[in-house]
Amino acid sequence: MSDLVVRAEGLRKRFGKTQALDGVDLAMRRGTVLGVLGPNGAGKTTAVRVLATLLRPDAGSAFVAGIDVLRQPQRVRRRIGLTGQYASVDEDLTGTQNLVLIGQLLDLPTRDARRRAAELLDWFDLAEAAGRQAKTYSGGMRRRLDLAASLVGHPEVIFLDEPTTGLDPAKREDMWGVVRTQVTQGASVLLTTQYLDEADALADEIVVINKGRVIAHDTPDGLKRRVGGLTLRVRPADPARVPDTLRVLDAVAAPGTSASTDPAAGARPGAVSVPVTGDTVLDEAVPALRRAGVEVTELALHLPSLDEVFHALTEGTPQAATTTTAKEDELV
Amino acid sequence: MTTLDVPVRNIVGDIDKPRGGAPAALVRHSVALARRSLIKTIRTPEALIDVTLQPVIFLLLFTYLFGGAIAGGDRHAYLQFLLPGMLAQSLAMGGIALGQNLNADIEKGVFDRFRSLPVARSAPLVGAVAADIVRYLTVCVVMLGFGTAMGFRVQTGFVPAVAAVALSIGFGLCFCWISVWVGMLVRTSGAVQGVMFLLVFPLAFGSNVYVQTSTLPGWLQAFVHVNPMTPLVGTIRGLLVGGPVAGHLALTLAWMAGLLLVFVPLALRAYARRT
Repeated sequence: MSDLVVRAEGLRKRFGKTQALDGVDLAMRRGTVLGVLGPNGAGKTTAVRVLATLLRPDAGSAFVAGIDVLRQPQRVRRRIGLTGQYASVDEDLTGTQNLVLIGQLLDLPTRDARRRAAELLDWFDLAEAAGRQAKTYSGGMRRRLDLAASLVGHPEVIFLDEPTTGLDPAKREDMWGVVRTQVTQGASVLLTTQYLDEADALADEIVVINKGRVIAHDTPDGLKRRVGGLTLRVRPADPARVPDTLRVLDAVAAPGTSASTDPAAGARPGAVSVPVTGDTVLDEAVPALRRAGVEVTELALHLPSLDEVFHALTEGTPQAATTTTAKEDELV
Repeated sequence: MTTLDVPVRNIVGDIDKPRGGAPAALVRHSVALARRSLIKTIRTPEALIDVTLQPVIFLLLFTYLFGGAIAGGDRHAYLQFLLPGMLAQSLAMGGIALGQNLNADIEKGVFDRFRSLPVARSAPLVGAVAADIVRYLTVCVVMLGFGTAMGFRVQTGFVPAVAAVALSIGFGLCFCWISVWVGMLVRTSGAVQGVMFLLVFPLAFGSNVYVQTSTLPGWLQAFVHVNPMTPLVGTIRGLLVGGPVAGHLALTLAWMAGLLLVFVPLALRAYARRT
């Protein structure tokens, strides 16, 4: 258990009539990225605010870096970095002033705070804007400054609440790079997101929250496996061999299914897909295709996309999981 | 983006102990946060209108528009009477902006970051209040400077005048905790202003700022006598234009202590509860 850098059990929090957290358990291993996924209002932000010592839960316990969040919040605060859903930089201060202030509040001597600020501004490509007020920054620059602010104290655990909401794709990739770098340097990152591809790209494990409850906790691949089986997709080099391919693959199909010409959206025609039970099926399919003399240009096992997983897990939830503009948790 | 080649942890010593102990840390953090507020003030000088232009307009309005009617034609005598009171009123009004600013900071999420840092819970509020010293000093300088240009004269001396300014700033720093508390309670910064005006206007006008208390009906005199503005105005008047000081001063200091004892804990509690 000692390698769990975030551990929460039975977290509950009610705001008026809304049960924002209804018994949430979380566990994050040291040196990993935990993605917390959920639709708007699922309780993601509330959970992060509890773990980051901003909010006391009504019930439950939480440990961050082995320290009790409720009993020793100040010790937790020395070990965490938080970037909230809204870029919470001070607009009237310059980039440098924002970061130096954080350093001073973390008890760095002013000279060290300045050095750290310069280092982070440089790394986040903000060196040229360092002396400008943050209100002159673009949205992406503000986000980067906000993220930089959460890294001033070399935190062991970094909480990122929807760090890329509203960023364009290139900026999102940059942000992902930052997260990965932090992890390679030994930090652990808990990030909430509405973007399934983001969780898929970054997270070692994913927790799916809906209506204040954890409805799944697994690796991205495990989640996909849990919802739908694997699909084997084969593309014969000669389109005329599609009927032969269908026949061969029917033999390895999962019980009650059969091979079909690939109807998947966006896929080029001419491929054959078949639901299969596991990856051992390749041991049968490949020799069978060879025996039938079918040459292939593509042969791959596909997991269902996280979108499909998500919809399957949260079926009956009216909010779209991929809404990009709405802000989560108006109530907090 | 390039890679950042620094170790994740390079802080030496016991990271659980604030440098220099808790009281030193509170002072250091409050100073850092006060500096932040001052930078904001310098960057947005228009935010000083309520402690510069507004008191000047009040002073002009009451001296030239109403002064003749109130004081029987002797505008200079009325200015001598009015200015110390206007100073006190401007201090009370000058604290309103603080609650508004803090409210806006919280709504923007800036305070979430401070709360996630290992600083004393009170540091963000104490720092913001400390920075308000500059605004109260501005009120004093503007009122005395502009008043002098209008013909106001300090009739006591340099030391009592400095004492009047010091007391004014001190009172401002105590009174503004009401505004801080309201800023923590209400939802929007506009509401802070509304609530605070409701409070400050009766205190300013139901006092000895504009007219002699003896001209008022009995029930209003009773209110004036329990109004904290009254002893403050009495003290500042005594210190600037002469008259009894000691009794007023003792009562003023008692009010200042009372304001701190009541509203600092209320503000801190409201801040802690604000989610």
